Amino acid sequence: MSAAALARWGSRTLIGVPMVFLLSFFLLPFLVVFKISVSEMDIVFFRDVLTWVDGLITIKINFGNYLSLAQDGLYLGTYLRSLGYAGMTALICLLIAYPFAYCIARSPADQRPALLMMVMLPFWTSFLLRIYAWKILLADSGVFNQMLLALGVIAEPIKMMNTPFSLILGMVYCYIPFMILPLYATLVKMDLSLLEAALDLGATPAQAFWRITVPLSKSGIIAGSMLVFIPCVGEFVIPELLGGPQTLMIGRVLWDEFFGNNDWPMAAAVAVVMVLLIVVPLAFFNKHQAESNAQARA
Amino acid sequence: MKSNQSRAVVWMGIVFVFLYLPIVTLVVMSFNASPMVTSWGGWSLKWYGELAEDEEMISGFRLSLAIASLTACSSVVLGTLAALSLHRFKRFRARTLFVGMVNAPLVMPEVIIGLSLLLMLVSVQRLFGFPERGFATIWLGHTLLGMAYATVVVLSRLQEVSPSLEEAAQDLGCRPMQVFFLVTLPMIGQAIGSAWLLTFTLSLDDVVLSAFLSGPGSTTLPITIFSRARLGVSPSVNTVAAITVAVVSVAVVSASILMARAQRRRNQEMAAAYRSE
Repeated sequence: MSAAALARWGSRTLIGVPMVFLLSFFLLPFLVVFKISVSEMDIVFFRDVLTWVDGLITIKINFGNYLSLAQDGLYLGTYLRSLGYAGMTALICLLIAYPFAYCIARSPADQRPALLMMVMLPFWTSFLLRIYAWKILLADSGVFNQMLLALGVIAEPIKMMNTPFSLILGMVYCYIPFMILPLYATLVKMDLSLLEAALDLGATPAQAFWRITVPLSKSGIIAGSMLVFIPCVGEFVIPELLGGPQTLMIGRVLWDEFFGNNDWPMAAAVAVVMVLLIVVPLAFFNKHQAESNAQARA
Repeated sequence: MKSNQSRAVVWMGIVFVFLYLPIVTLVVMSFNASPMVTSWGGWSLKWYGELAEDEEMISGFRLSLAIASLTACSSVVLGTLAALSLHRFKRFRARTLFVGMVNAPLVMPEVIIGLSLLLMLVSVQRLFGFPERGFATIWLGHTLLGMAYATVVVLSRLQEVSPSLEEAAQDLGCRPMQVFFLVTLPMIGQAIGSAWLLTFTLSLDDVVLSAFLSGPGSTTLPITIFSRARLGVSPSVNTVAAITVAVVSVAVVSASILMARAQRRRNQEMAAAYRSE
């Protein structure tokens, strides 16, 4: 084999191995999900879309699951609620993380690694356990209520657990590092002389901030928001531990259809619609991920 | 300017309290003698003693540890391959699809990944009679997720590395494999190490994928913790949390000290090499 052929063979393996892995375990499963979502439910198992009995091929495509998703107010309401909670979480994360990332990016260069490590350290600790900790803090007889009662701020415990408040608090808490890091990455690369120029030319600090800093950190804002928003739409563990009956989210509905009702085609249909809801933000995220990679190279 | 600076410090302080308060709570509560969070029964180690006899937690931990180690290795290998191909080849057929598939698991809700992988594995099983749900299927699911993270970590390091070093090695007659093992790998070694740790932690912590992909007899530690935490506050979970916090802090702090030292040494060697030219 010539050297050129060897090199070509090498590059094919390099791309091929991860590619085949992703195609067979990421893309192909989605097609299977779609296929199962249009199949009918038998008594205990779903029936194949394509069947072969006595030389007769039958194709049965059942859109019933999608019809009930569209008609049943419960599903529609749950989808909307999930989008709403996820959007709210992303917004609150942004409001907390932006000034925070800004402060780190503008702090002395020798302190930044330590500060970033302090952001990442909780992230290395089990996420499940950190969610669970909020149960102790927020319970009716939990740490917060007892402290407030002892201080005399409140006369009786406030209901904090199993409310939209505890749910959003938990999601903000969990996902905020994903907002801080991309924001920090764009803010720390910013050329500060642009701000000086704006101030020299008579801009107020607020004007300089909104017209220079914010636009320059746009890719960080978008990447961070998508990293928070998209997984929050389908979040299961946090609503399960911190949410309540009125905060039903779509991840839970999918889980229940699958594990509770054993209705696999319905669970698959719920998943397909969820993918359709996040496909636009996902494309957006991919585009900006590619752009910020390109920026990093430049 | 002064007031700006103090405001910055106050804001950073508030956010750090927010980030660390739950962790501190867990550690303190693990020493609470009373089984209720509502009352403080004094300091005690009795829950640690009970944990040592908790067979469910211990076998779950063993399983999780085994899966996490394998996941970290397979994710790092696949992630490094993916990062290298994305870095080397700016243009190839299906690159957009490739990038999309690498990035999507970072944000894709886990219930979707878990469900789709499970439904596919079940369809395969109906055709060929394998695989049974259990260890291997959980490993597969975790690798899918871990690979995406490993790719991001390794790729960002590759982008910092100057291509001239690899070119120099090539000019001096290195074969592609030699270039990789003698030049590229040492330069991205630290990133590979971080990726290994990151994917190990991800796997050790995952509930949703494991729940979909586990079979009878393969209950990982997070599944056990989750099912107990669902029912309410449980002292056994507090002790697991405190131990996790202790192990993670020691590991992360010492790993970062070691990495910083290695980095410094490498920088010194580089500088020495330049000087001697």
